[in-house]
Amino acid sequence: MIDPITLAVLAGRMEQIADEMDATLFRSAFNPIIAEAHDASHGLYHATTGDTLVQGKSGLPIFVGVMAFAVKAVIDKAARDGDLAEGDVYIFNDAHIGGTHLSDMRLVRPYFHQGQLFCYLASVGHWHDMGGAVPGNYNPRATEVFQEAFVLPPVKVMRAGVVQQDVIDIILRNTRLPASAQGDLNGQLSALDLGVRRMDGLLAEYGGATVRAALDALSDRAEALIRAEVAALPDGRWEATDYLDNDGITDVALPITVALTVAGDRLTLDFTGTAGATAGPVNISKGTAIAAVYVAIKHIFPGLPANAGVMRPLDIVVPERSLLAAEFPAPTGGYTETILRMIDVIFAAMAQAAPDLVVANAYGTINALSLAGYRRDGRRWVMFSFYGGGHGGSLAGDGLNHGNAPISTATIPPVEILESAYPVMFRQWALRPDSGGAGTQRGGLGAVYEIELLEDSAEVFLFGERGRHAPKGAAGGGDAALNRFSYSQGDDWATPAMVSKGTGMRLARGDAVRLETPGGGGYGPASARDPAAVARDVALGLVTEQAADAAYGTAWRESVA
Amino acid sequence: MSGTTLIGVDVGGTFTDIFVLDAATGRAEVAKVPTSRPDQSAGFLAGIAQRVSDLGTVATVVHGTTAGTNALLERKGARIGIITTAGFRDVLEMRRRDRPRTWGLRGDFTPVVSRDLRLEVAERTLADGTVHTPVDLNAVRAAGQALLDQGCLAVAVLFVNAYANPANEQAAVAALREIWPNPHVASSSEILPEIREFERFSTTALNAYLQPEVAGYLSRLEQALKSKGFGGEFLIVQSNGGVMAVETACRLPVRTALSGPAAGVIAAAYIAQTAGFPDIITGDMGGTSFDVALIAGGQAALAAQTAVDFGMVVRVPMIEITTIGAGGGSIAWVDKGGLLNIGPESAGSDPGPVAYARGNTRPTVTDANIVLGRIDPDRPIGGGRLDVAAARAAIDAHVGGPLGLGTEEAAEAIIRVANSRMAGAIRLVSIERGHDPKHFAFMPFGGGGALHAGAMLAEVGLSRAIVPRYPGVTSAMGCVIADMRADFVQTVNQPTAAADGAALAALIEDHLAEGQGMLAASGGAFAARVVTVELDMAYVGQTHTVSVPLPVTILAQDKVTPPTPDAITAAFEAAYQRVFGRLLPGGVSRILNLRTAVIGQRPKFDLATLAPTTSGPVVPRATRRVHLGGAWCDAAIHDRLALPVGTVIRGPAVLEQPDTTILVEPGLIGTVDSYGNVILTREDGDDT
Repeated sequence: MIDPITLAVLAGRMEQIADEMDATLFRSAFNPIIAEAHDASHGLYHATTGDTLVQGKSGLPIFVGVMAFAVKAVIDKAARDGDLAEGDVYIFNDAHIGGTHLSDMRLVRPYFHQGQLFCYLASVGHWHDMGGAVPGNYNPRATEVFQEAFVLPPVKVMRAGVVQQDVIDIILRNTRLPASAQGDLNGQLSALDLGVRRMDGLLAEYGGATVRAALDALSDRAEALIRAEVAALPDGRWEATDYLDNDGITDVALPITVALTVAGDRLTLDFTGTAGATAGPVNISKGTAIAAVYVAIKHIFPGLPANAGVMRPLDIVVPERSLLAAEFPAPTGGYTETILRMIDVIFAAMAQAAPDLVVANAYGTINALSLAGYRRDGRRWVMFSFYGGGHGGSLAGDGLNHGNAPISTATIPPVEILESAYPVMFRQWALRPDSGGAGTQRGGLGAVYEIELLEDSAEVFLFGERGRHAPKGAAGGGDAALNRFSYSQGDDWATPAMVSKGTGMRLARGDAVRLETPGGGGYGPASARDPAAVARDVALGLVTEQAADAAYGTAWRESVA
Repeated sequence: MSGTTLIGVDVGGTFTDIFVLDAATGRAEVAKVPTSRPDQSAGFLAGIAQRVSDLGTVATVVHGTTAGTNALLERKGARIGIITTAGFRDVLEMRRRDRPRTWGLRGDFTPVVSRDLRLEVAERTLADGTVHTPVDLNAVRAAGQALLDQGCLAVAVLFVNAYANPANEQAAVAALREIWPNPHVASSSEILPEIREFERFSTTALNAYLQPEVAGYLSRLEQALKSKGFGGEFLIVQSNGGVMAVETACRLPVRTALSGPAAGVIAAAYIAQTAGFPDIITGDMGGTSFDVALIAGGQAALAAQTAVDFGMVVRVPMIEITTIGAGGGSIAWVDKGGLLNIGPESAGSDPGPVAYARGNTRPTVTDANIVLGRIDPDRPIGGGRLDVAAARAAIDAHVGGPLGLGTEEAAEAIIRVANSRMAGAIRLVSIERGHDPKHFAFMPFGGGGALHAGAMLAEVGLSRAIVPRYPGVTSAMGCVIADMRADFVQTVNQPTAAADGAALAALIEDHLAEGQGMLAASGGAFAARVVTVELDMAYVGQTHTVSVPLPVTILAQDKVTPPTPDAITAAFEAAYQRVFGRLLPGGVSRILNLRTAVIGQRPKFDLATLAPTTSGPVVPRATRRVHLGGAWCDAAIHDRLALPVGTVIRGPAVLEQPDTTILVEPGLIGTVDSYGNVILTREDGDDT
């Protein structure tokens, strides 16, 4: 039994080690997806189960749960091969065993203390390009992983401290951007080196037994924390279903369903009823599904720590062969859209059980949009970015305007950086009126981005969602506006057949694309909103007069903003 | 100018500190008075009056102010409007698509300029500086009139890509000046000609938001000083640790956003360097936070920007200060999982710790120090008596009970966890940035830091701690020490290979001319002038830039020799190698921004004048029971200010003075150096 003071001290020290690994990679990474958007994560994992012990605070939320599966894959591989050694580092991107998608390169390193395996250190980061049919690997038309990217199973990139140049050569020959890949690989290896040095220092100071006892105690305490939170919920069963627009191949809506059962201090999340695996790339692996549950639960209870103890009182039922448990080689490139919808349905079910705890749905799509072409001098250009939308209302107040997705902490590049790097001109970069769901607390607003092409021609790719099924309100609040994408062809505007997804849309000079993103759902009945708040929304142009009358009645017209 | 007296005034949240130096005699005096609210000028003048009767003898008054910071945090700036490019009125509200906290998805954001006061006009400049659409000046005038009709006191012109070509912004500003009744008209390219629209617009808008407030406050102060016979120079401390003339501060108030803490760091750097320790880490422990800064080679690290609050980004060079929520008032609590936490919730200084008996019932770090006898309950900072029994009861109820610990054990647990968090902040700025803590000394200032200095040595491995003679007025002293400094930036955004040396030289010359003009206009006397030129550079495709010192030769009449692409590349590779340890073979570099700093070094005073003049044997004032390392022991209590130079005190001992308490733990030695600093070292230390 470890004393509570040492435990509190060690909790902070180990979290700092993971944070420092994050910072090392952010600083040294070449590609902006890691350096600016922080699409990466680091942590300490259990030596035999792979469970998350400690994870950094700055990494991407979705990785907090999913990395345990990556480490477990390495543990299984090492057990089969029987050759685990100090100084080994495994590398792989295989999403079906490691979770998320093929852009995420995982490095896993066993950590030895006095000759014994003590734990694993791992690093994951989103690389810029891993081959496949589409630069950047967002291929809405993919029907197998092979069309998305080069697939690398767990192999040793370091063997007992010796770099395996053969492996690196294979990787670098399979990317369009080898310099970027080499830079990111170096950064991840440096982060793991640093983790080893810091763990050495910590274990020298406190001893292996104390640190191990602290790790066990932290998991136990995380479990106690979530049990206390769940026990405070009413017992019962609540269901929610929402839909993906389509899989990008066939225009059929795909249900995602959850039944949430609270029984004492146990919580069951059963996704039976969810659509089967799809031809197009909205599938996810089971590990990703479990990680998505963790993200939703931690948003509902933000005080929970990032370790596997949180998962112990959760029973998660993911139906076999559903799109939440897709098998190799089903494509997984659009995993973000699917896990965002999982989080939405968990929130919607929880809102029935404990409305005070929950925020209405956020905008629910990352809108991966790329414009690509050739400059007059023949150079290729690809402008690739994710776009923002509104957050849901909650008891705490109206939703945030133009936030990032709940699975991410990424910021958006400035217009001026994009315009200086690519032949485009933004005509508009603005809040989108009437896009937030009505409610006692209104949903935050999405955005309008209109981008004009300044070169002779370009091709457009979009991977989005929420084109046909709007983000939901909570506790009686209204839904947000739908995602809307259009592109001009001379004087006319066209929309893609798959609404929120499209490939190879062609623009000529002076043509533009226009993306109007959803806001967040409203919270509580619109009829209970303070008329003065409605009047203020109208005065500021966040809500139009007609929409205000329709959602809130006309009482606001008598009110002073 | 008349007289030889220099006065530094630091207005903080609770106290206004005054540091008075007679440069002729070297005599220094300090004073501390309550900060007056809402108008801080009353306390400012009352504090000076305590020490100086005739302002005609004063050569310089230097002011570190939180007026700007408070106006931003409390959203008490002026009603202002903006005029911006059609299609972009919401940039300030959309930010960079972030959120206040990673987890929880709650919290929204209200920008300082409401949407109805953000007006659009037809105009557009492209990224290469080409004017795509000339600015519609009739629309600008109409927008300006509309904002005036709405009661706006200042207006900011925020046009996309104005960093690349300010022509449209300049034309709009000229048109607005014809109708605007006060000087508060500014454009983004004047305030910050740097790429990234949100950061530039935010900085410019916040500047406008502060302008009427801060300019009014500083003008009132200046008038009041003059009416009392003051005829010297009146200077304001900037966030970068330099001072500027009051006229500059009225025009660029956003540069004061971190004025107060910056002055403290400057003083710390000077005190430590004088004492022979150019590498230090400062730790300012206040009521709600612990602020850490790193000084290497006598120079404080600068950060390019900060967010004063969520979405309130200020991009001006400022002393890099890392803050964690572990101050004296931070509350200790046990979570549902049974883990002891410190903060982030704080009782601050009002109601303050439980022992202050002003209504707080949850134990704080200060309560733990009181229960352990480390703070004298009969002579606390700020006077009065402390309620030790109440502090003990709170620790029992909220920490001891849930964890099954006795009162002293629980209090020690609180201190250990707080120390561990403070040590974490120090590791963050040192070890995590590649500095070896063994080469650094720790300098605590503020009221509580010196109680925790020994723990910082033990936990982080710092070589020693230096407790300055007047740790509670360090910021006011920093005002007197700080140099005059003007920073300039211009986005260049071109490949290094195509760098136009003549154009760069012309930009540097413009910066020099403006900077030298600002130094001359201040009327101050400078010991020396220093110019630094840096380029923000990166490999193409990389987004994080490295700061590249550019060696330039300044010729007569402030002419500059044009740098060559080869020289710039060499400087980049040297800087990159230093930061990342390796270069990118075959990588192509580009220049993003040019930064110039023009520094007028002000004469320094001799810190030895602050040294104690006492002599004779050292006798403890008393002994007190202090709980250390799990047991009560008798510690010698000394009056710190009375200790002569050369005094050596072995722990356990407590050194007390009106504005701080120094804990010398067993195994530590405290030595009074020739400047009156107390140097704490480990008895077993091998590097003293």
